[in-house]
Amino acid sequence: MSYKFRGGVHPDYMKSPEIPVTVIAPPKQVVIPMAQHIGAPCKPLVQVGDYVKMYQKIGENPAPVSAPVHASVSGKVVAIEPRPHPLGDLIPAVVIENDFQDTPELMEPLTEEQLKDPEAILTRIREAGVVGMGGAMFPTALKIRGGIGKVDTLIINGAECEPYLNGDHLTMLNFPEQLLKGIELVRIAQGVEKAYYGIEKNKQDAIDLLNSLNPAQYGIEIVPENVKYPQGGEKMQVKAITNREVKPGGLPSGVGCNVVSTRTAYAIYQACYEGKSVIERIVTYGGSALAAPVNGLTRVGTSFEHIAEQCGGFVKTPRKIVLGGPMMGICATTLEAVNVKGTAGVLFFTEDEDRHVDNPTCIHCGKCLTVCPMNLEPLFMYMYYTKRDFEMMAKYHITDCFECGSCSFNCPARMPLTHAFKTAKIMFQQKAAKEKAKAEAEAAAKEAAK
Amino acid sequence: MSEKKERIVFDVAYQPQVKTNRDTQRIMLDVIIALMPAAVWAVYQFGINALVLMLVSCASAVFFEWGYRKLLKKEQTIDDLSAVVTGLMLSMTLPPSTPWWVPVIGVFFAIVVVKQLYGGIGKNFLNPALAGRAFLMASYASIMGTYSVPRALKGTVDAVTMATPLSYMYGEAAMPKYYSLKAIFLGTTAGALGEVSALLLILGGLYLVYRKVIRWRIPLSFLGTVAILSLVFGYGTLDRGGWMLYNLFTGGIILNGFFMATDYTTSPVTFKGQILYGFGIGAITMLIRYFGGFPEGVSYAILIMNLCTWAIDKGFHRHQFGVTKEDIAAEKAAKKAAKKEAV
Repeated sequence: MSYKFRGGVHPDYMKSPEIPVTVIAPPKQVVIPMAQHIGAPCKPLVQVGDYVKMYQKIGENPAPVSAPVHASVSGKVVAIEPRPHPLGDLIPAVVIENDFQDTPELMEPLTEEQLKDPEAILTRIREAGVVGMGGAMFPTALKIRGGIGKVDTLIINGAECEPYLNGDHLTMLNFPEQLLKGIELVRIAQGVEKAYYGIEKNKQDAIDLLNSLNPAQYGIEIVPENVKYPQGGEKMQVKAITNREVKPGGLPSGVGCNVVSTRTAYAIYQACYEGKSVIERIVTYGGSALAAPVNGLTRVGTSFEHIAEQCGGFVKTPRKIVLGGPMMGICATTLEAVNVKGTAGVLFFTEDEDRHVDNPTCIHCGKCLTVCPMNLEPLFMYMYYTKRDFEMMAKYHITDCFECGSCSFNCPARMPLTHAFKTAKIMFQQKAAKEKAKAEAEAAAKEAAK
Repeated sequence: MSEKKERIVFDVAYQPQVKTNRDTQRIMLDVIIALMPAAVWAVYQFGINALVLMLVSCASAVFFEWGYRKLLKKEQTIDDLSAVVTGLMLSMTLPPSTPWWVPVIGVFFAIVVVKQLYGGIGKNFLNPALAGRAFLMASYASIMGTYSVPRALKGTVDAVTMATPLSYMYGEAAMPKYYSLKAIFLGTTAGALGEVSALLLILGGLYLVYRKVIRWRIPLSFLGTVAILSLVFGYGTLDRGGWMLYNLFTGGIILNGFFMATDYTTSPVTFKGQILYGFGIGAITMLIRYFGGFPEGVSYAILIMNLCTWAIDKGFHRHQFGVTKEDIAAEKAAKKAAKKEAV
């Protein structure tokens, strides 16, 4: 049984798990961005003219918060230059001319003994470039390592509460056994006895299938959860499964929990049992610009333009490219951008999905306050944001907002609430940085005076 | 490479990229739908003048809002239907025999003075419809206090005008037989247009709760307070249970409880605040009924509590997710200790 969290919304789910997975043919050229994780970008290990193999490591950075990147096709490196990154900006990338041979360079699968050794598993997780594939793209090895000793409950996130997305659901249906083995590996690496796998009840077929494989033998318990957005939020998962509440500003490990996503666990299985690094994933393509949604197995580094062609082209002119789910996904600015490890979906929205209003007016209905899973008061936060009143914004805990978008979604007046809070959080960061710099400068001046 | 692709400029926005279908207009439409049963009943009971009053009221509300914003070169907001709701609500509080020009004046005050001068929808601090009614009560007391005979009582009562149940309840004269509890609940009594039928108003209110336009807290705590106070402090010759039901179903308690007190802009949004707000309205209403000069006090009670809304919301500021009771207690203890030290 799962515990309930307060608030949340029920968006139109628009899911299409019944559509079988198709393979998006790799393009002539793939563009592998050197930053596919939170933290320091990688430095290319190859040079223009080199021949690289599929799964081969082509970028690395020894910094702790980083993950290596790998070639998703075999072929010749034709350029190493800044290219459009899906999250905006130009980021250095390795461009590979595909030779369509898919010549692989796999790592050695881990041995029986190594599969029981947390250190070996963690090393492999890092080597394979596994990052949080729910979208945050935090290096997974670091996340697990950081929790060792503190964490008593491992939670696997299978909520997939975002509308449109089917990747996790299809992974559960198509690779149930591999998935369970992957979770077992995470559990061993984390050093805990039991892992809880939280899955929303709208994926009943997947729950039944996983339960029929006796998950207990892997030390896993399946926990069906209520269908409500944002059930898949880290803090909501912890609450749903353990009834513990993560402290404001804290991490799940603060209450002895660690949350790993479904797709990450599967990537860990592939890395350890098959020696494959992260170069492809099931991505859902949807939105009214496409004739029908597509669940496509897509290589990292495929441009959105190529993907759109493979999905049958646009039936309407898209106005927005949304990365990930529509509730928390942000927008790409160009079709030249490529999908990365953390891309769970790409939605091509037209004006049909657009509900923008010029000059919206708050009618003080309080619907934002009812749905806020963090128990905040968005309408007052917004009011103080428009006044740039930092003191009151802090008093109304604006920095505790995790930008789930429930308030904006539910707002009948279409106020840009989440937008404002995201901006406000950046403003707070800048302010803190400025104050820190000022304090340091003052300290340095004092030192000099002495 | 002469072929140059046309470059699409994409929209960008922070999340969420999807939004609910229910906008302000849809909510206002729900309120209008919820008022319809009572409105139709009013036209049936009080004749064509009821319809005229409602139409004039709505039309002038839309006209004044349009005209004001046109004159001041502001963006038009009439399509959010909030002006129609204000007009309809105001007409519901009028006696059936009111001349047609009276709502025009009331609506002018409601829309222009109370709503638009403070910035339009979402900015007013008083309920426009009730402020308009209060204005009319002060200006045309005799018109606002004369009630015509409903169709159901045409044969029974041999007069043009008659007293409402509420004036019998708190007056000297004994309650006539035709004002039975059933008559009051169904709405075959004299009274303001939209206030007579408790049954139809409750139906409309439940529709609003079902559609999640309003939440149950304000109506429940308001009606609950009225019920408990009238149960505890009996009055007149009726038994206590009957007295309580008479109090609930007469006057504007149901209409105001479900439709006026829950007005978004002028009611608190915090959960505990809503309970306190409803309690305040109930208590002030009963104070006015027992001790005040008017037989009816709901509209004034709501206007008074409207003024407290901001303070109530500030007072019930919530703790965010993850803050436990122990944390709150610890914080309080720390504050106390700091105070002691300062002393």
